[in-house]
Amino acid sequence: MSIKLEHINYIYSPGTAYEKQALKDISLEIKQGEFVGIIGHTGSGKSTLIQHFNGLMKATSGALYYDGKNIYETGYNMKELRSQVGLVFQYPEHQLFEVDVISDVCFGPKNQGLSQEECEKRAKEALELVGFPEKYYKQSPFELSGGQKRRAAIAGVLAMRPKVLVLDEPTAGLDPRGRDEILDQIEYLHKNTNMTVILVSHSMEDIARYVDRIIVMNHGEKMFDDVPKAVFAHYRELEKVGLAAPQVTYIMHALKAHGMDVHTDATTVEEAAEEIMRSFHD
Amino acid sequence: MDMIQSEELIFEYEKRDEEGNVIGMNRAIDGVDIHVSPGEFVAILGHNGSGKSTLAKHMNAILVPTGGTMWVNGRDTKEPAELWNVRQSAGMVFQNPDNQIIGTVVEEDVGFGPENLGVPTDEIWKRVEDSLKAVGMLEYRSNSPNKLSGGQKQRVAIAGVIAMEPQCIVLDEPTAMLDPNGRKEVIRTIQELRKKKQVTVILITHYMEEVIDADKVYVMDSGHVVMHGTPKEIFSQVDLLKKYRLDVPQVTMLAEELRKKGLDLPKGILRTQELVEALCQLS
Repeated sequence: MSIKLEHINYIYSPGTAYEKQALKDISLEIKQGEFVGIIGHTGSGKSTLIQHFNGLMKATSGALYYDGKNIYETGYNMKELRSQVGLVFQYPEHQLFEVDVISDVCFGPKNQGLSQEECEKRAKEALELVGFPEKYYKQSPFELSGGQKRRAAIAGVLAMRPKVLVLDEPTAGLDPRGRDEILDQIEYLHKNTNMTVILVSHSMEDIARYVDRIIVMNHGEKMFDDVPKAVFAHYRELEKVGLAAPQVTYIMHALKAHGMDVHTDATTVEEAAEEIMRSFHD
Repeated sequence: MDMIQSEELIFEYEKRDEEGNVIGMNRAIDGVDIHVSPGEFVAILGHNGSGKSTLAKHMNAILVPTGGTMWVNGRDTKEPAELWNVRQSAGMVFQNPDNQIIGTVVEEDVGFGPENLGVPTDEIWKRVEDSLKAVGMLEYRSNSPNKLSGGQKQRVAIAGVIAMEPQCIVLDEPTAMLDPNGRKEVIRTIQELRKKKQVTVILITHYMEEVIDADKVYVMDSGHVVMHGTPKEIFSQVDLLKKYRLDVPQVTMLAEELRKKGLDLPKGILRTQELVEALCQLS
């Protein structure tokens, strides 16, 4: 099971004055169970890219295979694809609309044609997965706190039991604890269900902490595609395209420049602390 | 005189059920005292729902206290006659860059504020040019705002506020929707403004790194001010901040981890340079 892109190009408004190539010759494969981060400055093509994963946008040229089948072939079951690849947009709580939380989360499975009973079972399961408190199930989604709304909205996608979960900036606007809680929950889901998780984020610190692989987008092209340590080693190039390395990576480089005998590839606080202690003990 | 001062500030609003009947009162701000001197850079931290945005909205009389008093530049915001004086003293920048730009050309947008204040046309153009220069957006003056990046839009929004020549700018999570570059742009712009124009700045944010240069930090929780002090004093209390759903900058966190592992480092390290120097002294 995988998502495989072959030479994907996407051109906005072709043949008009606004013509713009948003994706240029993207080839990549994301295997089932991976936790992938996508980074890139505003306008780099990240959002366009992720909307190709579930067929919301159709490539101008190239092929996209899900589970070995070309989704652009006539007769391909797009509805099935969209329930397997769940997309959580930015500020997903803006899409809440039902009278209570549980009905809102049921909306997806209901559209999949499941019975009311099965819908509610899945909704409850999804709400539990995101750590949403049961006492608010019957409350209007509009009366919840920012963090709870966000959870309810993510649960709405999880209730369709997708095999792949794509999240566009799931922590934007949340307070630090809210950020950690949502990402910890997603990490838990990933570990316990073998769900593929694709995370778009502007926070290099979050990306470094959670993902196994980073895809860097720049001007519609894939700039890097590697493990976090390898990607953040290119921090100078990342800066040139409006990105950065996590703060600790800079600290390690500064220590090295001051003559301390440390490796500079730490990308999390834990790794950095260990590496500094090691240099003191040696 | 304080630029902004509140005494026992209370803000309550009615909670209603689906039919619109009042079912109780909610107290979003509960007895807050703050003092901001002219020219100061003050940060307000707090989790979602802690009351910090509600407090900010009192600083230019979008909301007025239901109890206690808020003075802006010495004027009581509860007095309807002072409304325009208050709003001219304190300008506000909001989170979403797309919700606060109304002009179809950048310079028109920036000129909107002073025009509403009745500033003469020649003076408006001077202010527009001056404000756009101050935020580094002069070369975009004839552009359409919708082609700008998020960071650029926020800088235009800031220029729009500056053009009204307030003594104080209140920024409510101005970087929440921006990418790292946009965030840097906006923070750098705020710092430049302080240098060039000596404006008082109140910054509300969830990004701990953005407040290390503040003169003073207030931390809010359930409508109260629960901590206040210099960034160094505030960020020395890692556990307390975590209790209030907040965090510390990554460099402070790393220093804290190293302290726990036995290194003799001072508390409240905020900058990479400080940590590097402290570690080099140990080795």
